Amino acid sequence: MNNIMAIARRELANYFATPVAYVFIVIFLALTGVFTFYLGGFYERGQADLQPFFLYHPWLYLFLIPALSMRLWSEERKAGTIELLMTLPISTWQAVLGKFLAAWAFTTIALFLTFPIWITVNYLGDPDNPVILAGYLGSLLMAGAFLAVGAAISSLTRNQVIAFVITVVLCFGFILSGFPLVLDFFRGWLPHGVVMSIAYLSFWTHFDSITKGVIDLRDVIFFGSFIACWLFANVILVEMKKAD
Amino acid sequence: MDPMIEVRNLVKRFGAFTAVNDVSFAVRSGEVLGFLGPNGAGKSTTMKMITGFLTPSAGSVKVSGHDVEASPIAAKQAIGYLAEGAPAYPDMTPVEFLIFVARVRGYSGNELMQKVDAAIDRANLRSVAHKNIDTLSKGFKRRVGIAQAILHDPPVLIMDEPTDGLDPNQKHEMRLLISEMAKNKAIIVSTHILEEVNALCTRAIIIAQGKLLFDGTPADLEQRSAYHNAVTLTVSGGASTDTIADALRKVTNVARVEVSAGADGRMHVVAFPESGASVIGDISQLVRAQKWELDEISVETGRLDEVFRAITSGTSESGREVLT
Repeated sequence: MNNIMAIARRELANYFATPVAYVFIVIFLALTGVFTFYLGGFYERGQADLQPFFLYHPWLYLFLIPALSMRLWSEERKAGTIELLMTLPISTWQAVLGKFLAAWAFTTIALFLTFPIWITVNYLGDPDNPVILAGYLGSLLMAGAFLAVGAAISSLTRNQVIAFVITVVLCFGFILSGFPLVLDFFRGWLPHGVVMSIAYLSFWTHFDSITKGVIDLRDVIFFGSFIACWLFANVILVEMKKAD
Repeated sequence: MDPMIEVRNLVKRFGAFTAVNDVSFAVRSGEVLGFLGPNGAGKSTTMKMITGFLTPSAGSVKVSGHDVEASPIAAKQAIGYLAEGAPAYPDMTPVEFLIFVARVRGYSGNELMQKVDAAIDRANLRSVAHKNIDTLSKGFKRRVGIAQAILHDPPVLIMDEPTDGLDPNQKHEMRLLISEMAKNKAIIVSTHILEEVNALCTRAIIIAQGKLLFDGTPADLEQRSAYHNAVTLTVSGGASTDTIADALRKVTNVARVEVSAGADGRMHVVAFPESGASVIGDISQLVRAQKWELDEISVETGRLDEVFRAITSGTSESGREVLT
């Protein structure tokens, strides 16, 4: 446990040691503002809730989260520090978990800094705060899912740009896997059951129901097991690729 | 006493290429093992398997009694490892970096700070302790790697080319540091600087193309040299080099004689003895009797570079042209 925390602390400190953290947070806050107020029509709707705020989170995460996750393992491999890390007395899963937790903690910080919008909506009206809390929870879970994909992809390559691009494409698929765009691609040649399973993997459906205030255990389990699967893949990929 | 490092029939294949081919050796506490071999011989690969970074294709490694594959954590706790190029996180300062390593190694609180402090002193990092690692010179970076490796005072220390790229002063310091630590540790040092073997190591191993070709003391290695006990006469004038060479050839136990011109224009006559024999006594008597005028007369202990080339290229001769 101490090992995991030591790794996580270093990773988290590393975000703040470079401009990455500040650039990320500023862009994230600016974009949430733009999306909520302009595209989401926060005022025009005349409703005291954060629907327009959460609505665009999948799209924001699509580009911002891969930027956080791309360096997790690629950087270690490129700098050769992976040899240092993997010869310290820790298991691969501890390193994988430590790095993931650091990135997730960082997104939590960024998400927490959106609190002024929550204050605003409470000032302007009388929103259903438990629904907003559920929205934040759903957003965090979805961010974790993006990060788990990104971390695993990052261990595949020394090149951060490649890690970024592949992660964006994969996550795009996962957001839209319940939509005809993705499903039509599979429908022609895969059995119906498999196509329905792909549809079930859609972040959008699971996220959407949580932000509406319905915390269905199945959605939480979906994100939890999705993260676990990708972290498991991450461990295997690190083992396979560490010395390449 | 059981060896601290035990390598048995170690094999590593990358696809069709065999990087390490059936290598076995053992290192005890108090020994400094010099790991020699040309670039790409399999030195680093072997070290990576000992430290648990790479999984062997066959064979086993035991460190401090723990099998590296079966109980990697216990083995890694006993090892301090300086990987090739001394990798360290560039955005951290040496202090931050060492605190991180100490935390991962399970230290906390006062003990942690003591360990970090001691490592900084040991590796002489005080002056750069709070500068970012990516701004440090090569010598300091290497020392950061050393500090990280010795932080937990491990019984086993494995260093991949610790002096590579350092200036002569830094090399000297690094060797001093390693010698200091040698008493109660089993140390493996890889290098392709042969002088280092004499300066540092109690034992040397040569591998080439993945195979173990030599395992013995540096003195054993020197004895393999044709130059072992060879006598060199530097001639200033008077008797011609041909006369001297002819006379030397008649001395008992002299196998052959070489004449060559030095860079300064002076002539050198080298008498090679039969293997294991010593000829300096007879030759010095001859020099006095003949009253040759010499600038210098010297006995060589052996030339490691020549032995190294001979062993790793599979030939017994040094390849130099013999003038008679």
